[in-house]
Amino acid sequence: MANILTPNGTAARDLGTPAFSPELHNAGFDGLSDQLADKGFITAASDDLVTWARTGSLMWMTFGLACCAVEMMQASMPRYDVERFGFAPRASPRQSDVMIVAGTLTNKMAPALRKVYDQMPNPRYVISMGSCANGGGYYHYSYSVVRGCDRIVPVDVYVPGCPPTAEGLIYGILQLQKKIRREGSIIR
Amino acid sequence: MTRQEEEKWADIKDHIEAHHADDVRDMSESFGELTITVRRASILKIIGFLRDDPICKFNQLIDLCGVDYPARARRFDVVYHFLSMAHNTRIRVKCTTDEDAPVMSIVSLFPNADWYERETFDMYGIVFDQHPDLRRILTDYGFEGYPLRKDFPLTGFVEVRYDQERKEVVYEPVTLQQEYRSFDFLSPWEGAKYILPGDEKSEAPK
Repeated sequence: MANILTPNGTAARDLGTPAFSPELHNAGFDGLSDQLADKGFITAASDDLVTWARTGSLMWMTFGLACCAVEMMQASMPRYDVERFGFAPRASPRQSDVMIVAGTLTNKMAPALRKVYDQMPNPRYVISMGSCANGGGYYHYSYSVVRGCDRIVPVDVYVPGCPPTAEGLIYGILQLQKKIRREGSIIR
Repeated sequence: MTRQEEEKWADIKDHIEAHHADDVRDMSESFGELTITVRRASILKIIGFLRDDPICKFNQLIDLCGVDYPARARRFDVVYHFLSMAHNTRIRVKCTTDEDAPVMSIVSLFPNADWYERETFDMYGIVFDQHPDLRRILTDYGFEGYPLRKDFPLTGFVEVRYDQERKEVVYEPVTLQQEYRSFDFLSPWEGAKYILPGDEKSEAPK
């Protein structure tokens, strides 16, 4: 068998995937493969190593509140499959790193959302998905809706759309990974 | 509607009139359904009759809700929708009430009315007498006011935010960054109340 099975994800990038150049796509991988080929090992700051490891195993707390949740489910289904980024759903806040607020956050739900966020261990991130979570959206003037979930929890990435497509959410996830690589640290 | 349906309705109509002429204030046909308006005091009697009578047999409560007509003296309508599985027909029952006058709960007849009545109470403040557990069902804990009343402001009175000092979600009076704007999207072909710029000429030749 000539076919060599390579895992998806970062490991696949430097093994000659045709028409894919890691240098072009991601500055973080500049010269990495050359270094690995020359010396057989890579040196890096431990901060970078830790943040890199974090981006590769983000467990997300599903906070599906409305129709956006359907698109969030789509993102984790086989077609888009966010688990290839190590981005796996986790039903418990105590074991998750990211919370995706998908849908309309109502006044009644707000304390529960905050409680779940408070239960998440540091470092923790929040993706606000869809118009309603971003700023109240269609229900901005309603008597029962929070005008943006950033009034309740600090938000890292806002994904626009009503609802955003699964691709839109994945783009947001990749942006979050980029943000973690850029400014993540191990200092508490 | 078909002739068959008409006959069926006529039967039911006559039957109700024959037995409860005093309790029924009005009977009409609207939106393809028979509508009867009954006196508030006899709502339980009429609905019990509709459920148990062999000619009616409206033994399924489809919906129960409120309507607010602020211009009227007794401003609220309570609307019941029933389905008769045996006769394949539907009926709409209405009664009027106001903020204070209680309506008899029909939970004893239709157990599924429990949550419908709670919702109607939550949204309109209509009180249901002898309801087993008349609490709010949808709105926030400690919510004040009745949101589906016409005099309830769209944006309500309070909004929430997380207070970093107190470490909890707090309620504050509503402050809007931008006032609510009502856009008039009514098409001029569907009866807009104003003349579009340039349109005044079209009226001139008359």
